[in-house]
Amino acid sequence: MPELLLDVQGLETTFKTSEGTVHAVNGVSFGLKEGETLGVVGESGCGKSVTMLSILGLIPTPPGNIKAGTAKFFDQDLLKMSRDELRAIRGAQIGMVFQDPMTSLNPVLTVGRQLTEPLMLHLGMTHKQAEDRAAELLEMVGIPKAKERLSDFPHQFSGGMRQRVMIAMALSCSPQLLIADEPTTALDVTIQAQITDLVKRLRSELGMAIVWITHDLGIVAGLAQRVLVMYGGHIIEEALVNELFANPSHPYTIGLIGSLPRVDQGENKKLTSIEGVPPLLLEKPTHCPFAPRCKWVMERCWNENPVLETVAPEHRVACWVDVKKERPR
Amino acid sequence: MSDNNVLLRVDNLVKHFPIMRGVFQRQVGAVRAVDGVSFDVKRGETLGLVESGCGKSTTGRAILQLYRPTSGSVDFDGVDLVKLKGENLRIMRRKMQMIFQDPYASLNPRMTVGEIIREPLLVHNVATETEANERVKELLELVRLNPAFSTRYPHEFSGGQRQRVGIARALALQPSFIVCDEPISALDVSIQAQVVNLLEELQEKFNLTYLFIAHDLSMVRHISSRVAVMYLGVVVELTTRNELYNNPLHPYSQALLSAVPVPDPVIEATRKRTILVGDVPSPANPPSGCRFRTRCPIAQAQCAESRPEFREVKPGHFVACHLVS
Repeated sequence: MPELLLDVQGLETTFKTSEGTVHAVNGVSFGLKEGETLGVVGESGCGKSVTMLSILGLIPTPPGNIKAGTAKFFDQDLLKMSRDELRAIRGAQIGMVFQDPMTSLNPVLTVGRQLTEPLMLHLGMTHKQAEDRAAELLEMVGIPKAKERLSDFPHQFSGGMRQRVMIAMALSCSPQLLIADEPTTALDVTIQAQITDLVKRLRSELGMAIVWITHDLGIVAGLAQRVLVMYGGHIIEEALVNELFANPSHPYTIGLIGSLPRVDQGENKKLTSIEGVPPLLLEKPTHCPFAPRCKWVMERCWNENPVLETVAPEHRVACWVDVKKERPR
Repeated sequence: MSDNNVLLRVDNLVKHFPIMRGVFQRQVGAVRAVDGVSFDVKRGETLGLVESGCGKSTTGRAILQLYRPTSGSVDFDGVDLVKLKGENLRIMRRKMQMIFQDPYASLNPRMTVGEIIREPLLVHNVATETEANERVKELLELVRLNPAFSTRYPHEFSGGQRQRVGIARALALQPSFIVCDEPISALDVSIQAQVVNLLEELQEKFNLTYLFIAHDLSMVRHISSRVAVMYLGVVVELTTRNELYNNPLHPYSQALLSAVPVPDPVIEATRKRTILVGDVPSPANPPSGCRFRTRCPIAQAQCAESRPEFREVKPGHFVACHLVS
């Protein structure tokens, strides 16, 4: 088995809120190989963003609390690192792109200033070198007249262009890993297609591994090699992308795929909806988090929280029921 | 030209928002949010309205006279709403309602759900207090919420439940026409299907006519009978759902449809995309001639000179493009 670039084991993160402790991530384990693109899908509140932010040390503590787990990046545990050690890795070896490019860029600094900062900080470039490299980076992500635009402020760019700037910034120090958290959600579909196309091109040119967090199964289908499906702070299914869509095995994944209308299919069949609402996670689930909404729920689901089990090569599911055979596993 | 099947006829609708500058607040320009939009909506159908840039929500609001249009006419059941004022317009509003995008912002946090749903009945003076309370119960049941919830406040509900409250409020006056302004885009994927199924069910039950505004082309394909594609304040293509998705004629529609990701990795691996270059231009300063020409892969000289006419190229299939024969 090839060396894992990122190996996360048993991650648990909670938040203190006025309503009580929210158990956002409840024992998440996964690995990422070098150069691999991993899609992480799930609805808001399922823990997909918190998982990645925990790994990066970007959860404010308090109210957040990383209670357990390890996250090995090149055999160093990110969760045990000091702030300074983490800062040396973030932006250098791990690049990040977030959902809203307007709030993740500093509005009072020019784009050039923001792009050259990591280059000087992490790579020790001189100001002049960093500026040349920044212009190259903007060109790489398809921003016309790159050199002139370095002196522009974020508000002078459109949403799609800002996201390109974010990608340029994330890739500026040639990271081995890019973490992208819903980077196209705020953009319209034609711009979204531009960005996913750009990421695919950069991936083959630069060969970095990508974790792409999204709620859009369509994007995952086109971009990811492997997919994690999250629900209620757990990974409930994990498979290679073709296997997941051809053979979804967790009731939630099945429901999610069934609830999507498709632009390439015409017949007007009723959408299969998943009744109920996602859990609030005010207690650490002792039963399957999906049980209250599950069509196939049985007694055992209420007593024991299922763990991920291999059902096919590289396909793991956390469910007590074999949905296809309609009987317990 | 009167057609009994047509409930709503929008003709050359224009809505410009003035841009004011300086001490004297003189008008220095205008955001041309809606710039000459014409279409009709048949009784009992769902017309999907999709686009990017700006204009679709403004179109919906200008139809309901929530924004007074700059010019054009909105013929609703034989009455031109643009000419109506005061009490006459208020009475017409009973027949047309709106479901808003953000169920967090469109419900007053200080009112109980019962008060929210009851308000239209009392404002329009169509029910006594007791009748209204009965009706609230009916409506809550209709949108599958527990009638006992009427004393709760919006913050006690999830996004999907709040959107159901919004739907119940819209139905309170038994309207014939509802503008659904991105009713599901703020909701989680698994909840979206619940709300769309509910909307479809209600449509069948009460013979409602919907203008369904959305940017999710997959959902629009699912719910609409006909679809209008807007770009930068104008309708570029309008036809039946199947015709649009199988045979899009306008280069913008073609690019838009090819850009939508399909949740199937096998199809995604081989799919050809038309990637549009550049961004949507500013509606304050739209390109001359065809609005789409700056991003159009097949634009020619004439596209910059004159605005293409919105014409019927096949029965029921309207396109605004010089290059479609």
